[in-house]
Amino acid sequence: MTTPAHGTGTDAPPATPTEPADTRQVIRPYGDTTGDGMVQMSFTLPVPAGKRADAAALQLAAKMGLDPASVVHAKPMGPDFTFFIVYGKVRHLIDYASIPVPEERAYPLLTSQEVNQAIRRALNRRLVVVGACIGTDAHTVGIDAILNVKGFAGEKGLEYYREIQVVNMGAQVTVAELVERAKAEDADAVLVSQVVTQRNAHLHNTKQMAAAFHAEYPTAVAGGMGRPLLVVGGPRFDTVTEDDLGVDRIFGKGTTPAEVASYLVHALLPGETTAPDENPPNEEDE
Amino acid sequence: MAPQGKLDLDPETVRAARRLAARAAEPIIDMARTHTTVSVERALLRLAGLGGADDGGRPWVNHLADAVRDQVGLEHGVALPVWDALLTGPHATLADLAGAAARGRVSFRLPSGADADRARAAAERAARAGMARVDRRRAERDALLAELPTPDMADPPRPLVYLIVATGDIYEDVPQAQAAAREGADVVAVIRSTGQSLLDFVPEGATREGYAGTYATRENFRLMRAALDDVSRELGRYVRLTNYASGLCMPEIATLAGLERLDMMLNDCMYGIIFRDINPRRTFIDQRFSRQIHARAGIVINTGEDNYLTTADAVDAAHTVVVSQLLNERFGHEAGLTDAQLGLGHAFEIDPSIPGSFRLELAHAQLVRELFPGAPLKYMPPTKHMTGNIFAGYLLDAFFNLAGVMTGQSIILIGMMTEGIHTPWLSDRDLALENVRYVRDACGDLAEDFMPRPDGMLVQRAKQVLAESVELLERVADDGLLAAIAEGTFGVTRRPPDGGKGLDGVVQRADGYVNPAIEILDTEDPHAARPAADAAEQEVPA
Repeated sequence: MTTPAHGTGTDAPPATPTEPADTRQVIRPYGDTTGDGMVQMSFTLPVPAGKRADAAALQLAAKMGLDPASVVHAKPMGPDFTFFIVYGKVRHLIDYASIPVPEERAYPLLTSQEVNQAIRRALNRRLVVVGACIGTDAHTVGIDAILNVKGFAGEKGLEYYREIQVVNMGAQVTVAELVERAKAEDADAVLVSQVVTQRNAHLHNTKQMAAAFHAEYPTAVAGGMGRPLLVVGGPRFDTVTEDDLGVDRIFGKGTTPAEVASYLVHALLPGETTAPDENPPNEEDE
Repeated sequence: MAPQGKLDLDPETVRAARRLAARAAEPIIDMARTHTTVSVERALLRLAGLGGADDGGRPWVNHLADAVRDQVGLEHGVALPVWDALLTGPHATLADLAGAAARGRVSFRLPSGADADRARAAAERAARAGMARVDRRRAERDALLAELPTPDMADPPRPLVYLIVATGDIYEDVPQAQAAAREGADVVAVIRSTGQSLLDFVPEGATREGYAGTYATRENFRLMRAALDDVSRELGRYVRLTNYASGLCMPEIATLAGLERLDMMLNDCMYGIIFRDINPRRTFIDQRFSRQIHARAGIVINTGEDNYLTTADAVDAAHTVVVSQLLNERFGHEAGLTDAQLGLGHAFEIDPSIPGSFRLELAHAQLVRELFPGAPLKYMPPTKHMTGNIFAGYLLDAFFNLAGVMTGQSIILIGMMTEGIHTPWLSDRDLALENVRYVRDACGDLAEDFMPRPDGMLVQRAKQVLAESVELLERVADDGLLAAIAEGTFGVTRRPPDGGKGLDGVVQRADGYVNPAIEILDTEDPHAARPAADAAEQEVPA
């Protein structure tokens, strides 16, 4: 079966029925010679060490496409497990030309220092973020992962950012309380987390929240322009869009604090994430 | 075994640092002695034997304490209203009473006169029964330690190897912990589910689902301790069990740990405040009770100074670690913990790209060793600079192990080369143990030969950190610890005394406040010989 790598559903120009071979760029793993295809891997099998275990490891390697493969290290880990290090040659070929160039994130991922600097330059005050779990959801895991200093995935939360002032309202906050607090704090952004919900309550809650903010700030032009930026996060928003809910941004599972902070800078402080006076677009990303 | 003054620290500077720490701690201790919290009150109920939860998982201790609070308030403690209701009402047990209270069918009162005396006596009997169980568990541990000598009783002592298990499922944790013990772990810690510290109740029963960790519950404690007892007998050495007495339920978790013979508990004076935004007052009040229980139970606490270094730069913030250790020591001593129960924490977190980073690590580790010669120091491996390059990480962990043996650390948490990638696999732990075994076998006695050059870089650095610590302690003692925390002195976060989670659970004690658990803990020597208890203090070599 032939699969067009990334067809966008257009009619292909009739003049090019098949791909010319010379556009392909075939690569294999590199050990010490071009094309040798050598890889290393390690794994554990739940069997006692011994010749039979080695044979099992080799069979696994063969099934993974390593041919030939060799077990260079096998170590018993207690009576029931064996750890293996295996080297082998893979037969697979990768056409590098067919790998689409990854889409750039719409905004660069900034370090906490860069975020702080951007806020200092553009605002001359701290950026205010109000966060909460709304509705009946008592699971603050999500909002705390993003806001608490402790953070998530080795990244510190927004409280760690000197130039971000965090108000974490915790769990079971009502929409009215959230709107009131956001106004009182003059929030630049409102972060809402919905982790554990039933019967799409997370969608209803979020829509209700967005509607309340839109009603509270009738003259607002957009998030950050006349009203706080509305950001929602949780594992179960993957079927809906921002427009469906009336929010500015949805973050899914595994989002890290740096992604949120970078987004806030991008959305609230335009000009701070793109190098404004340079011809090439943002190249300092990474 | 304390290293003999390799750094030539000025004894007067060290004494001054301790005096300042005591001054900073004093107002906090006064506050803890004059307040109670919902969790302190629930801990009394747990000590008195009340466990279990309703169908929705809400513990009976919460139902009962909340009912008392709603009807008569907590400023006199739960003891009088609860045992008065038991003595004067139709309910035979605390569980019956709690069930009825949850349905709104009990009316509590604050008894007076002879009624109060009887309620007080009954409450004291119940608290004593629980305390006796804690004492028995301690005696049991002492007996096991005598029966199953630990390798560290060998001469010279070597660090205890501390390993983490965290699958979320207690029934997966058990075989993993046993495997870790067989591979050489002396201490097994079961990491808690993310965010448990923010729950204002202790979950119930054996649990099979958690976020990046396993819930701390009494049943999980029991299951794991029993499994480690089995493997301890199999191996002929006592394998210690560790969990976390932190967060909003610190007093209750400490109590459960004492009742189920856990051996070490994470218990830091400021961790919850700074990293979890738990109210400072709540934390300090809860903490005093939890430490008193730990002292009585013969549990070694582990403090969390390593966390400061994951937030702040490990070189710039080195002195905040020492300041926090001195505060932890003071709060610990006041609560009855001996030096041998103070597993003060620190960490190997200096950026490896800094020239001389290993020498700086040695300076910091040696400084802590010499400041706290009698404490079973807990040394934490690199996490911040573990990049996902597992090969480089393995090397860094080896250097960490080397620093640990060179400076005579007591408890070494074993670093995983997959730190920051996933919770440790079986093979990660095995490789990590191979790493530490190599270092220990190759140069376990290197501390004997390690003598920094007088006035060399290492000695200078240690003295500088100590001087900075004294300076910071002066500020903290002058401004007050709560004010210092509010100003963001520790970590980088400002934590005002009236902010954070759990403040609504803090209550000032009224005249006539009764809590028999606190009376026992405040008035009795926690380390006095009790049923079959002997040689209780020698659990962890310093």
